[in-house]
Amino acid sequence: MDTILETEGLNKEFVLGGFPRSIKIQALNNVNISVTSQKPVIISVVGESGSGKTTLAKVILRLLQPTSGRVIVSNQLVAGKGAKPDKTEFLRTVQPIFQNPFSAFNRYRTIDMYLYETATRVLKLDQAEAVRAIEEALAAVGLEYKDVRGKYPNQFSGGELQRASVARALIPHPNLIIADEPVSMIDASRRMIIINLFLALKQEYKTSFLYITHDLATAYYISDYIAVLNHGKLVEFGEGKRVLQSPQHEYTKLLLASIPSLNKKWTEDLDWNAPIGATAESLA
Amino acid sequence: MIKLENIEATYTTVRGRVKAVEGVSLEIPYSIILGIAGESGCGKTTLMKVIYGDTGFPLELTKGSVDYGFENDRGQPVTSRNIQREWFRNISYVPQSSMSSLNPVTRIRDQFTDFPATYGRKREVLESVREYVQELGLPPESIDAYPHQLSGGMQQRIMVALATFFHPQIILADEPTTALDVVVQKDILILLMRLQRMMRNTIIFVSHDMGVHYQITHKMMIMYAAKTVEYANTDDIFKNPLHPYTLMLTSSLPTIGDERARTGLPGRPPSLWDPPQGCRFAMRCPLATAHCHEVEPQLLEHLPGRFSACHRVDAIPELAAKVWRGPKLSELANDQDKLIAQVESALRADETEGAAAAAALKEEVE
Repeated sequence: MDTILETEGLNKEFVLGGFPRSIKIQALNNVNISVTSQKPVIISVVGESGSGKTTLAKVILRLLQPTSGRVIVSNQLVAGKGAKPDKTEFLRTVQPIFQNPFSAFNRYRTIDMYLYETATRVLKLDQAEAVRAIEEALAAVGLEYKDVRGKYPNQFSGGELQRASVARALIPHPNLIIADEPVSMIDASRRMIIINLFLALKQEYKTSFLYITHDLATAYYISDYIAVLNHGKLVEFGEGKRVLQSPQHEYTKLLLASIPSLNKKWTEDLDWNAPIGATAESLA
Repeated sequence: MIKLENIEATYTTVRGRVKAVEGVSLEIPYSIILGIAGESGCGKTTLMKVIYGDTGFPLELTKGSVDYGFENDRGQPVTSRNIQREWFRNISYVPQSSMSSLNPVTRIRDQFTDFPATYGRKREVLESVREYVQELGLPPESIDAYPHQLSGGMQQRIMVALATFFHPQIILADEPTTALDVVVQKDILILLMRLQRMMRNTIIFVSHDMGVHYQITHKMMIMYAAKTVEYANTDDIFKNPLHPYTLMLTSSLPTIGDERARTGLPGRPPSLWDPPQGCRFAMRCPLATAHCHEVEPQLLEHLPGRFSACHRVDAIPELAAKVWRGPKLSELANDQDKLIAQVESALRADETEGAAAAAALKEEVE
């Protein structure tokens, strides 16, 4: 059994303001996630804005130092006390995909430069090998190298650019891809193309995904495990279908009841005689 | 009844003129919530601007008119020519992002009283604003705050309060909840529904989230590439649609508890610079025939109260059955080759129109 992802007592504190009046914000509060599996898995992290989803991603990606606790990815200590992974070795293990592909890529650089640099710097390939690796990764996301070469980000649509950034992350064949809201900038009708691509890549590339999202429906669709975060605390963690079909924690139930689903109308059990502002659950 | 007659709205750009809304005719009964859905760039927001009467350069109403069905103070019927005089009194607007719509450097209360009619009786007006805001579930002190001191949900409630303070006949809401979390979103939507029920006014609601439409709207209009493709009651739209695009839109996203594999809707709408002859959806339509590519379908009432612009309405139930009986995700996930083949075909289909759209985008940017 391999440890795909393990966080142990992970804390991250941000301090706002100067010394006398500084406020501490607990962005991650003792988060313990542990997934061990033979097969690659998709782990979803769901929660509202401000719940610490992105902070968790940044800590795993070593973009932020945790205040305490540690992170293990693929049996390797990557963050926390005493973690000093070799940088290129680390980038072969973990790769990110960001939310907005238009701001993730510099608009004055061509897309193939990013792909090429990932191949030469992370995998230390020579020119011919790098091109071969790029072609392979692009083929996996349904793009062709000749269509991508020499093009700037504004020459792609959002979906294509997001696929190109998936291809970039695939080049080193990482064990874990961290996808932070990868489909929120893509039109709803085409979102499922990227989601299905993750499922196919999980099988084809044996890559695990940490899928960070606020959309519970897509999380239900693809995840093997779901972690629900609220104000930095892990409120529920478990098998994907189980968490969303029979939620244990009140917060998960509240989230589920708030989704505008196609199964049941809210009006069915809405008390029309109640005062107009009575539903202020969010203000509580 | 609000009557839209053959609306054509044009944007003037450096590259030329493009019709963002073309030939939309619609009769919207009073006291309902009408939903407008479609992909980005289909003309939803432009149509809202036309209904609101906010047509300044570069947008222009080149053809058609809107008849709002009520009279103004002078006894003249209100149409798209004089709707601007009715702003906030009889027609109001809830914009997408309250965070950038409220003035950041004035207190909320000053934004409520910022019009000439309150001159000399600000105290009186403020008192009723305070009461009204409290009725909507906000603390009355919140109107003394600056926008940044309130949370996103509170700001959006303030926007709803601003838009409904005068009990307008028509409220336009353009994606009022996209920037909010689901819990807050539900609150705002239920607030809008309660207000609509109390005031008996008409809400026109734009959203790309089909779940939201299902929850709150009574009637829906589906737009595709600047045209109306279907107009019917919301339940009919979801249960037995009369246009393949509607079917694809409602079945493309997963729901919790549903195990069917979803494919999404690959490809993209045709460029509005050079719209194809015939049906605009034909390129992505699984039912398209040669006839569809040549002759443009008209929006017809196929069943009572159910309008659709499709040549192949008869074949849709069969397609719907096929879509809803699709394979389960678990079966597909176990069959690796099949899954990969399906993803590949979807990716390839997404490429079509891709080159043209990318070129158009490039030119726009330049």
